[in-house]
Amino acid sequence: MTARSEHPAGSAAAAALRVRGLRKSYGEVLAVDGVSFEVAPGEILGLLGPNGAGKTTIINTVLAVLTPDSGSIRIGDLDVSRQRSLALARTNFAAVYASLPGNLTVAQNLNFFGLIYRVHSLRHRVEELLGQFQLEALRDTKCGVLSSGELTRVALAKALLNRPRLLLLDEPTASLDPAAARDTRAAIRALARHSDCGVLWTSHNMYEVEEVCDRVLFLSHGRILLAGDPRSLPREHGAPNLEELFIQLAREPLAKPAERLA
Amino acid sequence: MRIAPVAAILLRQWYLLRGSPVRALPMFAWVGIDIVLWGFIARFLNSVSAAGINFTTVFLGAVLLWDLCGRVMQGLTTAFLEDVWSRNFLNLFASPLRISEYVTGLVLASIATSLIGLTVMVALAVPVFGLSFLALGAHLLLFLAVLYGFGVALGIMASAMVLRFGPASEWLVWPIPALLSPFCAVFYPLSILPAWMRGIAHVLPPSYVFEGMRTVLDGRPFAPLPALIALALAASEIALAGYYFVRVYRRAVRTGLLARYSAETVS
Repeated sequence: MTARSEHPAGSAAAAALRVRGLRKSYGEVLAVDGVSFEVAPGEILGLLGPNGAGKTTIINTVLAVLTPDSGSIRIGDLDVSRQRSLALARTNFAAVYASLPGNLTVAQNLNFFGLIYRVHSLRHRVEELLGQFQLEALRDTKCGVLSSGELTRVALAKALLNRPRLLLLDEPTASLDPAAARDTRAAIRALARHSDCGVLWTSHNMYEVEEVCDRVLFLSHGRILLAGDPRSLPREHGAPNLEELFIQLAREPLAKPAERLA
Repeated sequence: MRIAPVAAILLRQWYLLRGSPVRALPMFAWVGIDIVLWGFIARFLNSVSAAGINFTTVFLGAVLLWDLCGRVMQGLTTAFLEDVWSRNFLNLFASPLRISEYVTGLVLASIATSLIGLTVMVALAVPVFGLSFLALGAHLLLFLAVLYGFGVALGIMASAMVLRFGPASEWLVWPIPALLSPFCAVFYPLSILPAWMRGIAHVLPPSYVFEGMRTVLDGRPFAPLPALIALALAASEIALAGYYFVRVYRRAVRTGLLARYSAETVS
């Protein structure tokens, strides 16, 4: 495994997401420093790192709401910078900081975003998702009065509206109770397996990451420090578990882990 | 341009209006108050003036047309602000929605809401105060087209300003029609204005409308050149405002402001 770039073998032509040499700074602050990675179809890739490591910046550049200073992003065979609308039509996302308009009901939000994503048989798709996320009873409830767990379920339903080939989930289970979180993980895993949807998943819950992710990338100061299987990485690097490995990496100065773990 | 995303923006406005009658009230409440106020002023002036001017048509007609222009601008800006208030930028701009589709949706939403206002204004002004647009004839359609166009340009420009300077800049937007009205010569001939104000008036399409309206009501012929200039100005100002909106949007994407919009600044 290299420390700066991670490409699953044999996936180059068909990657759900391919990021190359991504770099972004805000003034003097370098948020992402030459990051390269891929998400294969059907793969769930965990993007891990302490707060401020660059995870959300990467997600925002993939979603084209932030222009990178350099580097390229391809969703399938589409270049995000040149074919933004087409690329985003096969992408979707859910994030705790991007809640849906609170003044629309659950069904209205799904109809609204369904039209934006030009979902075929929208009425049927909305019903399907209301059922899948147990939202039927809340269909006419305004999102602004939902609990955070219910809001997360609505956001996930919106994220699956267009049957995306790439799904970006920024701490998708942060507000869910353990049972709902487990159901959500199972739903996302099933989606990845059965629809070949690539998933980029960020979380601070290392138990969840071990359970869900096929691979993880550890980010710190905008660089990938480490990449690999979340179930074997701790052992390979002398840590008792993934959480301890995370804490070690997050606390060490930037240069040292890169040298030691490469 | 794809229909479904544009329809989504319109549908969202419909949902909001249906779910909250408070949103519908400003569409006709303020214009209704203006018509009543200026209707009585015009009636009073008609009763005391010996000048032979029909103040109902000159003042009330002018108020109605100017209010319409303001309603178009505010309808567009309000539809945009709904996304600011509900912090919906990330969901919208991280979707396949194109800027042209978004702005077209906002424009159509503002045209729809301003038509409601226009209906209320006409319903009050014509039967209650005896306002008649018959004297304006076919010119009325031209005047409406120019005012709608200018209202759209102002609305796009105002939305771009809010996108550029953050949610707090909303207060800069609302007084724009009031700031422009002295230059647009809504109630008086352009010749009253000092030269520097006339210079500004000549790039504002409504000044041609109100000057033209007075010309027609005086029974003089309204030359085609000012009409063409007004239409051309309105069209180019829409294009200019659209260009500015796209520039502001691209800057917001480049600097990261769009992703952190509620912070108002990325510094």
